[in-house]
Amino acid sequence: MKRRNLLAGAAIGLGLSLTSGAAMAQGLDHVKACFIYVGPIGDGGWTYQHHQGALALKEEFGDKVDIAWQESVPEGADAERAITQFALDGCNIIFTTSFGFMDATQAVAAQFPDIKFEHATGFKRDQPNVSTYDARFYEGRAVMGTIAGHMTKSNKIGYIGSYPIPEVIQGINASYIHAKKVNPDATMTVVWAYTWFDPAKEADAAKALIDQGIDVILQHTDSTAPLAEAAKVEGVIGFGQASDMSAYKPAPRVSAIIDNWSPYYIKRVGALLDGSYAQSAAWEGIAGGEVEIGEITEAVPAEVKAAAEKLRDDIAAGTYHPFTGPLNKQDGSEWLADGVVADDAALATMDFYVEGITGDIPK
Amino acid sequence: MLRLEKRPNPSRFWLWFTPVLAVLLTMTAAGLLFAALGSNPFTVIRTIFWEPLAGSNASYFRAQLFIKAAPLILIAVGLAMGFRAGIWNIGAEGQYIMGAVIGASVGLAFYPTENRLIFPLMVAAGAFGGWAWAMIPAILRTRFNTNEILVSLMLVYVAQAILAKASFSFLRNPEGMGFPGSRNFSTYPAARNFDLIERSGLHWGAFTALAVAVAAYVLLTRHGIGFQIRLAGQAPRAARFHGVSPTRLIIFCLGTAGILAGMAGIFEVSGPAGQLTENFATGYGFTAIIVAFLGRLNPLGIVLAGLLMALTYVGGSLAESRLNLPAASIQVFQGMLLFFLLGVDVLTNYRIRLSRSQSKGAGA
Amino acid sequence: MIIGGIDIAVLMASLMVGSVPILLAALGETVVERSGVLNLGVEGMMIIGAVSGFIAAVTFQSPILGFLAGAACGAAFSLIFAFLVLVLQANQVATGLALTLVGIGISSLAGQGFNGIKPPVTGAVPMGPLRDIPFLGPMLFRHDWVVWFGLAMVAVTWWLLNRSRAGLIIRAVGENHEAAHALGYKVNRIRLLCILFGGAMAGIGGAYISLVRVPQWTDNITNGIGWIALAIVVFASWRPGRVLFGAWLFGGLLVLGPNLQAAEYRIPVEYLSMAPYLITIVVLVVMSARKGARMGAPASLGQNFHASR
Repeated sequence: MKRRNLLAGAAIGLGLSLTSGAAMAQGLDHVKACFIYVGPIGDGGWTYQHHQGALALKEEFGDKVDIAWQESVPEGADAERAITQFALDGCNIIFTTSFGFMDATQAVAAQFPDIKFEHATGFKRDQPNVSTYDARFYEGRAVMGTIAGHMTKSNKIGYIGSYPIPEVIQGINASYIHAKKVNPDATMTVVWAYTWFDPAKEADAAKALIDQGIDVILQHTDSTAPLAEAAKVEGVIGFGQASDMSAYKPAPRVSAIIDNWSPYYIKRVGALLDGSYAQSAAWEGIAGGEVEIGEITEAVPAEVKAAAEKLRDDIAAGTYHPFTGPLNKQDGSEWLADGVVADDAALATMDFYVEGITGDIPK
Repeated sequence: MLRLEKRPNPSRFWLWFTPVLAVLLTMTAAGLLFAALGSNPFTVIRTIFWEPLAGSNASYFRAQLFIKAAPLILIAVGLAMGFRAGIWNIGAEGQYIMGAVIGASVGLAFYPTENRLIFPLMVAAGAFGGWAWAMIPAILRTRFNTNEILVSLMLVYVAQAILAKASFSFLRNPEGMGFPGSRNFSTYPAARNFDLIERSGLHWGAFTALAVAVAAYVLLTRHGIGFQIRLAGQAPRAARFHGVSPTRLIIFCLGTAGILAGMAGIFEVSGPAGQLTENFATGYGFTAIIVAFLGRLNPLGIVLAGLLMALTYVGGSLAESRLNLPAASIQVFQGMLLFFLLGVDVLTNYRIRLSRSQSKGAGA
Repeated sequence: MIIGGIDIAVLMASLMVGSVPILLAALGETVVERSGVLNLGVEGMMIIGAVSGFIAAVTFQSPILGFLAGAACGAAFSLIFAFLVLVLQANQVATGLALTLVGIGISSLAGQGFNGIKPPVTGAVPMGPLRDIPFLGPMLFRHDWVVWFGLAMVAVTWWLLNRSRAGLIIRAVGENHEAAHALGYKVNRIRLLCILFGGAMAGIGGAYISLVRVPQWTDNITNGIGWIALAIVVFASWRPGRVLFGAWLFGGLLVLGPNLQAAEYRIPVEYLSMAPYLITIVVLVVMSARKGARMGAPASLGQNFHASR
């Protein structure tokens, strides 16, 4: 029964603004915005950044908005209960901030048609009151890749991947393409940590990469452990992930890719207040402010910094897309012809490396 | 000085009153904690213990109590039998996972066939998965005398790795846009673990848990093997004289625990959880160990203990969301409750005496 | 020396560092279990050590004070366990599990406000020219003092258990507490000291994670390392020397995965992650099959002792 809808949802893909779901005629005087977090607020990364976004709501709207949250919510039955709890407690809009909450969000939304649900990083919008949102992290990765390509002396770049899912693969490809663009000799080695957050494992992964002569480490895992590992070896640099990780400035942390959810949260709650709210599938990047490039420190030469900032500004202005052809897949077959830009549906299901990256994606 | 003196028989009065005392002590101690965190302790305690039972929307939360308690009771009853016989299976989490993986694999293999037999088959497969996983420590114990505590614990990690593999590869939803996780059983009616009474939380697992608790109670008190279990735990040597075969007992106790844990796993994945993901296992297998002890290893006590434990989860989560309490404070609160429950149990088995200079020795 | 694209000296060095927390906690637990007490709360004591060590080190800007605080708080926390099982006769398995639950909760509450801070650096012990000896230099002589402390503690616990009078008493208490009691030993007092030692060692191990291995504080930073330490105690059949071997083997398998990947070997990561546990089971089986009934487990392990009988 739901299967058909699901397929339709998949076909539409991410990033397309849905026109269905009529805008509410009248706004609300007061909004209670509620947040379901997958980790503890003290994780210093993913959940912490979402909570900053929640707090920004309070700052922006003052008394017109109340916020409530629940942290460390397990997936499955517990998530469904936590979401229902918020729905019963009079929340007007509920943000569920992890992919694993997707099915639970759908199930609860079906029972509370008057409440708005916002699911982060998922793709199911079967119910008209469910919107999805995500950030184009790959745009930030392209900027990191540019810096990495310029900065590497050994021409070896390492990437600590979390899980082999499209979002992470986009990041690997985007950073590799742009490193290669400025440094044709650059190679990239990927280590899969199979975790979003496990400091010890991340430290091991970073150390293993450094031992292989890699001097620039990109990470798609959320702890500062790889930076701490990089700090132990002269000349190795890395980037902040999720949060700024400013404790490691100016080196090894030379820049950062920051998740900033405040603009989106403010926009959506604002829309609920003024009555312009409608179902959507948001996929904003640098332009929308969701992906921020953390300060590029003085450890980076001025011309490299300028190049990185130009790329950032071009992406923000919409004059450049990080996945622009000619690009081949790893096996040499053509993916994008010259000048062709990857569409969002293809990005959202990306399951291959681009040409030049060695190694396999675990299946 | 205060001195403990062993009672000849456990005190009936304290057996029933210690849990009450523990809850009261927890309320006091946790109240101080919540006050220190800047919340009104009375509101918090009320939210945890009262709101889910009789507050607003209590019908929803009462159903949630059953959902949360069902796997705990199911697993704990199985474990308790082993614990009574001195067989320490602490790897129920692994058996729970394997029940879910094997059961879900069987169910999804038939997707999207609709047939009434699919769900029973899945439950059987889940029970088999848990049983098979428990047979590893059982056989190693009976064959090589390998310590079952550690083997069963090690197998939890192996099971978790298999679960990760399953959600990333062989059970991955082909329509899941490349994300890990199996199909959701809510989209597959034939394999769905429904609520038997609409919106009551009483799914097949909850009924099974209650039935199993009663059956286990009867088995332990009325049946020969129940006698053997108790004897083996209390007096292993006497048990051998009575012709109790340790091998048979180990195979029986670990096997039962595995079957029940496996069933809990398949009921959970096909019902409340909905799908198999890498994060499917949230520690029911470990919490059930605590539940087993809170219930004094008595199947009926375990039902009450499971419900109490569920109340702290459901009420705790309410307190978190309504009062913006950190999740960690609820964890500490649960820990306190456990400490008090475990601690005051001393009153059941011991008398506290004021000792003059020297004890007169023999207490019992 | 480079084998298959991996520098063995560097690999050895990183497994020595990586295994320090497991080693320290496991040595502590070995003594605890030798005295007949099964404390499954290692993970909880470690994370208490991790958070208290971090807070102390950051507040006083001194790693040494951090490690001392980790030891002290780990021991203080284990006192809860000791009180419950020794005085109130609570079940050890359940109490240990509860201890872990509470430890993770308390550490998260205590650590609020310490996220995103860099602790003071615990530097390498200056070894002068030894640093530059080929192979041995990078493998052995560039470590911080805690690595050496861990190795020293292997010797100390070995000596304590096997050569000292105190060890004789501990083992007597662990093997047969009734007999030890009859000989006039204060069973529960001895166990209390062992539990405190275990708590302190787990605390230092935890502090090593938050001060050296990862240097940061985040919730749930120990992430299951305490459970591995428990496994190693059994793997080692309660012997300090084998604990070192077990910690290195586990530590080695844990660092081998990323190293093989970094060297671009195509290995199935998920199978590698099962390997340490499967190997432990195999070792347990081999040991128990060879030795028959007793596999070195203290005979009174997990049983409470009440003196009135």
